Amino acid sequence: MASFKPTKIQIYPQLGAKVTQDTLYWKNYKAPVQVKEFGAITNIDFSPLAPHNYAVTASTRIHIYGPFSQEPVKTFTRFKDTAYSGRFRSDGQLLVAGCEDSVVRLFDVSGKVALRMFKGHTKAVHVADFTSDCYHILTCSDDYTCCLWDIPNSTELTKYKEHSDYIRCGATSKLNKDLFVTGSYDHTLKMFDARVQKSVMTMDHNHPVESVLFYPSEGLLVSAGGRYVKVWDLLKRGQPLVSLKNHHKTVTCLCLSGNGQRLLSASLDRHVKVYNTTNYKVVHSFDYTASILSLALAPEDESVVVGMTNGILSIKHRKTSEEKQGPTGQPRRQPVFRVFVKGRNCVPKQDDFLVSKSAKSHLAKYDKQLKRFNVSKALDTALENRKPEITVAVIKELDRRGTLKNALAGRDEQNLSQLVNFLIGNVVDPRFAPVLVTATEMILDIYKAVVGQSSVVDRQLVRLQELVEREIDYQQDLLEVLGMLDTLFASTLPRKEVPCPGNTQL
Amino acid sequence: MVEHTGIRVVHRGGSKINFREPVITSDSRFLLCGSGESVKVYSTSTEECVHDLQGHTDLVTGVVLNPSNHLQAYSCSADGTVRLWDFTDGILIKTFIIRYHIFSIHVSEKHVGVLFVVVPMANEKGSELFQLVAVHLPRSGDPEVEVGELSAVLCDVSPNPGAVSFGTGGEYIAAAKGLQLEVFFFKKQKSYRFSLKSGMNKGINNSFTCISCHPKEDCIATGHADGKIRLWRNFNQKKEYTYSTLHWHHNAVNTLRFTPEGTNLLSGGIESVLVQWRYTQENQKDFLPRLGAAITHIAVSPDGSLFCTSHADNKITIILSSVKVSAIIQGLVKDDCVRTDLMIDPRSKALVLNGKPGHLQFYSLHRDKQLYNLDIVQQEYIHEQGVDQFQVVKAAFDTHGDWLATVEERRQKSSELEINLKLWSYDEQTQSFVLNTTVTAPHEDQITAMCFSPSPETTLLVTTSLDGHFKAWLLADHSDTEESASWSCDFVGGYHLLKPGCCCFSADGSLLAFGFQEVVTVWSPTSWELLTTLSQPPGAVRDLCFGRLSCSKYLLGTSTKNQLCCWNLLTCSLEWNTPMDVSLLQADPFSENMAAFCSQSGSTDLFVFKPSEPRPLFSKKALCTGKVERAIFAPRDQMLESSEEYSQWLNRSQLYFLTQHMDLMTFSTKTEEDRLLASSKQLMVDDSVAITPFYLLLGRHKQQQQEKQELLTNPLAERTPLPQGSIAIKELLDTPAHVLPSASFLCSMFVRSLLVSSSSASCQDAMLTWGMLLPG
Repeated sequence: MASFKPTKIQIYPQLGAKVTQDTLYWKNYKAPVQVKEFGAITNIDFSPLAPHNYAVTASTRIHIYGPFSQEPVKTFTRFKDTAYSGRFRSDGQLLVAGCEDSVVRLFDVSGKVALRMFKGHTKAVHVADFTSDCYHILTCSDDYTCCLWDIPNSTELTKYKEHSDYIRCGATSKLNKDLFVTGSYDHTLKMFDARVQKSVMTMDHNHPVESVLFYPSEGLLVSAGGRYVKVWDLLKRGQPLVSLKNHHKTVTCLCLSGNGQRLLSASLDRHVKVYNTTNYKVVHSFDYTASILSLALAPEDESVVVGMTNGILSIKHRKTSEEKQGPTGQPRRQPVFRVFVKGRNCVPKQDDFLVSKSAKSHLAKYDKQLKRFNVSKALDTALENRKPEITVAVIKELDRRGTLKNALAGRDEQNLSQLVNFLIGNVVDPRFAPVLVTATEMILDIYKAVVGQSSVVDRQLVRLQELVEREIDYQQDLLEVLGMLDTLFASTLPRKEVPCPGNTQL
Repeated sequence: MVEHTGIRVVHRGGSKINFREPVITSDSRFLLCGSGESVKVYSTSTEECVHDLQGHTDLVTGVVLNPSNHLQAYSCSADGTVRLWDFTDGILIKTFIIRYHIFSIHVSEKHVGVLFVVVPMANEKGSELFQLVAVHLPRSGDPEVEVGELSAVLCDVSPNPGAVSFGTGGEYIAAAKGLQLEVFFFKKQKSYRFSLKSGMNKGINNSFTCISCHPKEDCIATGHADGKIRLWRNFNQKKEYTYSTLHWHHNAVNTLRFTPEGTNLLSGGIESVLVQWRYTQENQKDFLPRLGAAITHIAVSPDGSLFCTSHADNKITIILSSVKVSAIIQGLVKDDCVRTDLMIDPRSKALVLNGKPGHLQFYSLHRDKQLYNLDIVQQEYIHEQGVDQFQVVKAAFDTHGDWLATVEERRQKSSELEINLKLWSYDEQTQSFVLNTTVTAPHEDQITAMCFSPSPETTLLVTTSLDGHFKAWLLADHSDTEESASWSCDFVGGYHLLKPGCCCFSADGSLLAFGFQEVVTVWSPTSWELLTTLSQPPGAVRDLCFGRLSCSKYLLGTSTKNQLCCWNLLTCSLEWNTPMDVSLLQADPFSENMAAFCSQSGSTDLFVFKPSEPRPLFSKKALCTGKVERAIFAPRDQMLESSEEYSQWLNRSQLYFLTQHMDLMTFSTKTEEDRLLASSKQLMVDDSVAITPFYLLLGRHKQQQQEKQELLTNPLAERTPLPQGSIAIKELLDTPAHVLPSASFLCSMFVRSLLVSSSSASCQDAMLTWGMLLPG
């Protein structure tokens, strides 16, 4: 004797993006911590030293935050005007920042007053960075020039006047003390070697360049400008490798993940996109509330820090392994241990006769009714269910048994309106339409004699009619579009002759 | 062409065991049932077949226990004989030749030496009228006896054995046919007829279907086509009979049976629910639901401890009297047609075809036993007439048996066709197939063919449909996501909106051929490029087959207009063609051979050939009547070493085919029969002693003793055998202990009897000392 087979609930394919390893990795952050700054946050830089504090440049200040505090641990306020580009040196001891007033200031991280002031630019300095030997500073300014400075005696070493517009981004090589790249609003990227007086490479980005970034190997260079992110192969004299257009507003900031496998780009369209660096496909994307100006990742991707135009700094910390288990809340009260153990630890003796107890199968409420052939009750219990998949599966099962008409018939006003309500909600859903259309037709057949007796049901039927009419219009439009597309595709496909032995004889 | 006599066509198992009512022996240990041309004896506890009683030459139509000897059973057959068997040892005792086509057999304890059989009125097969006759068995020692004495008891009875029953220990016999119930009393030699009013004008079919008489009281239970059960009483008068009605079944009552004590009445029908009614308290019922298929017969053991029900799906269920299933004997399930093709499971080498509704059955050809059923549809089966159910219509295995693809469809009168394509992966742990992917509506119309790619690199499935498309399904690996691998559509193709009818992969999986009506298209499954088209009009392509091994450059096709064509794939031209109405073309997976079944004037011929050679290796005319639609080459357990050219094609594999009447047949060669004969001889060697558990224990012991004695026979220990036959010893051992004289009196007599009369002195001395030692 076989047991009753429960009604099969159809599993419909899940719409939307698939859950990949990347999605899991990048979703594994806690809810963001938000800090309000005084103005638009233009730059965020993580200290390479152990606690990994980070410097946030906003308005006329640079705040330094600790990894877990929401209050700044230190603040540099000695700026006359808006500060730009607060960056740590590779030993984490010094910090350099540009300013709207064209003066570049160098700070000791533990001190307050500027150690050195580099004066020589005539306009705002948006970029300031240390070279890899730690003794020089690169600055780029709105006066179309970029300079190399010597830290010990604060003198200008070289000045390059090759760009023809504002220079808003630059990056120094981590492997070579003499190499650096600048990106300018004149649409070009230039690579300079401090040992020669000229740029050694020029690349055309076609849009004002907002950000440049070296790969860890420094064979590749990434630049962002306009809506495009472009990757350049430096070993092939700056040949463009790939051009990505995934944002719909200007891309403002670029960043690499801790292991160098993923590239992140932030844009004024309020999105951060994560790319796979092997195939340059977007594997994940974050949404923020305002246009993003700056973005930084802590080492090992421990936190994602984003600065926005409205002065809000958003910090997301990675979940630790305990927090990954589930939402922290009231732990569910478990039954006492004794309840589980009762009788379980009894070991049968040698001569004991074991009586096996068959596991009792639990049936859903509607299945219990179906088992007893109570078709109307089965439909009633299925309608109480919240999930339309289950209700539709029960209707389908009743239809298979040939008893759907019996189940639908003989209902009073309240029952019928509940049923029609369900139909209104789901009849146009393409997943359920084939089943529900037959059910709707049956209902109309059964109850057409009593139409007009109940105002509630009549109103619902009118709604159902409107819904179906609208859906028919949609479908007609879709078919028209499909026909157009078919003609387009048919005309673009190349015609190919197939060798046929019969044709050759003709 | 030469007809070869060395190869015979033989039946190979899979016959119906539910054709007639089974019989449980009086000790409830065995169950007897007619199965094709033999009677099978099953053990009720282990479900194993203990004996196969062979002897009849036509369908066995009834089995009953011999009422005068409970270790014997009668069986009747359509060949006109009744045979008496000793079923515990499987020996044929007697054959009674009646020379009529016998439809059923009935016996009663009161009528010793008389059998009641149902035979046609006129001795013709096509006769519509049947009569119940009494056969007086002649007493004679011959193993074959001609029976001349037949006396008619009832005229115009139903050939259905369930419609005749003996009542109250054989005092009367009741038979029902149509709307009439006839009761014949043996004592009065008088029969009464009772008829029901036809309910046809009210739309009710209340004709009788089955009958059962109460064993103790005068009560007859009759089942009706409208699902009612009537209990008749007071029927020994013409006028004052009464009946009461019981109603639970909503379709016809197929079978009824009283338990031996008459306390319960069992009934069954298409609902596949066994209903147990309490006699005299009919509103109390017990049910045993979901027995799997419509109940056709119910049998009860003579002591009432076991019931068994036979079902429409060739199954016998053994049920304890506490209404619990204890064992299931399952035969090969054969519907009216095999919708899926015959297949061989590459792992278990079992024959696979559709079985119970919504299931695939795995059937072992060597053991003639169903291995297991795989539930494909996974839906509750509603046992009701007129409900459209899902049917498994196509199935395919990949080369290693790792994947199974099935197609199920349901066509409703009102709405459109529902098709599901399911892919099953083999699970090593549970040793069965597990559902991996379900594709609802894979095509818009019926799927005509389906096959897996044999190449080891890809797991690729191709389906063709009447909607004019073929689709390729690929196992997509989602290693980057959490989901496990599942199947998805990789390519959709077609050819000028023609309907594809068949598809076939080449042996290495590098080519794929489709038959689009009159055109054969050859594609490359790697690039989905149409490589070439071949056609030989007129006639649509029915079957396609690539050659194998040395003949892999050939593609064979059969068309509806009596053509068998062979194309050379290297030159893309026709190599040869012959006019033949090939109904089925089957390639042997283990050799180059191909088998073509040709239907010609109502019978089928078989040709076995190699595509490269114009002469067939083997041919057999008039294999069977009707068309052969399904056939399969099954691998052999042991290779045959036949050197004769005509039987070489059977060395590695065996060809099975299903005839129009759903008989599973195969070919057997001389060497194979010799081998079978040898193995049976081996069993016959020590036939003088029956092999009982006792013999196994003691017989071996005896042999060991003999061996020991042989070891001890050296001159020193040589002893003359004791005179065991002496009268004294016999007297001592045979006389009951309580009449024997005292032991002291017997002792001297006993010892004296042990003395060896005229042998050497030394021996006598020894005996004397023996005597002195004994007291008295």
